[in-house]
Amino acid sequence: MKRLFRQRRDISLLPNYILLIILILFALGPVVVVGFNSVKDAASIGRNPLGPPTEFKWQNFPQAWEIGNFSTTTRNSLILVVGTVTSVLALGGMAAYALARLKLPGGGLLMLYLLVGSSLPVQLFLVPLFFLWRHLGLVNNLFGLIIIYVAVHSPFAIFLLRSYLVGIPPDFEDAARVDGANEWQVFTVIILPLSWPAFLTVGLVVGLGVWNEFLLATVFLTEQHLFTVVTSYYNFTSRFSRDWSLTSAAAVMMIAPILILFLTLQRRFIAGLTQGGLKG
Amino acid sequence: MANSDQAAMPTPSAPLSRQDGRSPWKRRYRKYVVPWMFALPILLINIIVVIGPSLSAVYYSLTDWSGIGAGEFIGLENYRKILFSDMDYRRAFLNNLAWLAFFLTVPFAVSLFAASMLARIRRGSMFFRTALFIPYVLPAVITASIWRNLLSPTLGIGALLADWGISGLDVAWLGRPQTALISIAFVDNWHFWGFLMVLFLSAMQGIPPELYEAARIDGASRWQEFRHITVPGIRPTIVFMLLMVAIWSFLVFDYVWILTQGGPAGSSEVLGTLVYKQAFMRFEAGYASAIGLTMSLLAGMVISLFLYLRRRGWEI
Repeated sequence: MKRLFRQRRDISLLPNYILLIILILFALGPVVVVGFNSVKDAASIGRNPLGPPTEFKWQNFPQAWEIGNFSTTTRNSLILVVGTVTSVLALGGMAAYALARLKLPGGGLLMLYLLVGSSLPVQLFLVPLFFLWRHLGLVNNLFGLIIIYVAVHSPFAIFLLRSYLVGIPPDFEDAARVDGANEWQVFTVIILPLSWPAFLTVGLVVGLGVWNEFLLATVFLTEQHLFTVVTSYYNFTSRFSRDWSLTSAAAVMMIAPILILFLTLQRRFIAGLTQGGLKG
Repeated sequence: MANSDQAAMPTPSAPLSRQDGRSPWKRRYRKYVVPWMFALPILLINIIVVIGPSLSAVYYSLTDWSGIGAGEFIGLENYRKILFSDMDYRRAFLNNLAWLAFFLTVPFAVSLFAASMLARIRRGSMFFRTALFIPYVLPAVITASIWRNLLSPTLGIGALLADWGISGLDVAWLGRPQTALISIAFVDNWHFWGFLMVLFLSAMQGIPPELYEAARIDGASRWQEFRHITVPGIRPTIVFMLLMVAIWSFLVFDYVWILTQGGPAGSSEVLGTLVYKQAFMRFEAGYASAIGLTMSLLAGMVISLFLYLRRRGWEI
């Protein structure tokens, strides 16, 4: 009887599965086509632009790597990601600790300030910031862009880390303080090891945001040797827009690391992103 | 009860306060200076990057300024131009409104539909959720380049359909003034809706299943369940996302810039691309600041409208 019921239930869900599979084809079909085209040559794309490849031209990858200058752009992007993520986690973590644990006097005002600051659009402060940064020699400077990314991403990081830290029982810290630890030691030795899941979530969201970021990277890094994978790919596609095989190979090399990381840590990614990490 | 708990609280930290009590200076140091030393670095960076330039944008919007040297103060002239004479601004603003209309309807319809399909199934639901979320983690440049090819009249989906005998779709979607903006919106939505779907799905999982069982016993159809249980059950999430999407709609830049740079012939220009062009290609930094400020005002008006309706007793 139970089995019959389950079967009936499964049958009644058949339309759901069919519609969801159609939506999956819509969502992933284009990604699959890029995978196909990354191993075709230009002529076979002309004959067969969307279907699976009949022969495999693996040289597309080294060629796109070379032309797209991927060794330089990957290095630049990694510097930006690592620099931003470590700074956001360190400085944002410190602020979150002060808010959650040290009863920061004026903490409510700081939260309000961060809330207002994080809702200001980039376009509002972009123009004066650019000319300020040029005045300070921070345009065309990876470090200069890292500072901007840290400022833009820190409110989200502080909110998320603070709400996590509030939930940690204070017993460990109090014990450490009784033993004579100062606040810095409490933060680094007690708090960080206890709250690594929240730090990892924030790191993933911020890292993805920086890796994918377009507007600020376009404005603040205009010299070719400083291009990120994203801005370089943008230039690459405007120069080689006719060559769909090369642009697809470059695209595959760009999204493969993102996809692998996303699929291995997808629960953490989705949880972090849906808590307000990145703009649509 | 609660009072006695609170009264018991200070005991564990009693040694701490004794330690603090050594000298008044040291106590003050621990109470005020140490916490602010933790919070100050990030606050300073945020002031320098976000708040300082935002405030100076207000001043620069009142100047004629090329970006170099000092600007000439011209009062409200930039705003007069925005309101009364700049046809580029007017068209960009109308395009932003069209964008708003698209994004307040299409992604919400698709993702509500998909989430309500997905909320009913158990087997494979994790797989579907992850797969539908993937477009959201791809960078805009990749999404844009994929769809530029898929929307091409010679190599894309339209050409394939024409081969199969379905003609009329093999047009230059991004190259014609009539279709450029809607095509960009379509591509951005391809990237965005999975995110919305996952948000709605997790909200739907918080609806008590008994409500659905009761509805089924009463003989409700699927549509009635959706209309009277699912939508009211996740209304806070829907309303909040409507608000966020409305704000984002005035700030859009990436997809428009990457796919068409506002063209052809300005047909897909939005305020975000107009700011970029004025500031970094036409070197009218003062005017660009004024446009940026109006974008923020539009976003602020959306928030105010939301708060006003809520205060008027709308259940949003």
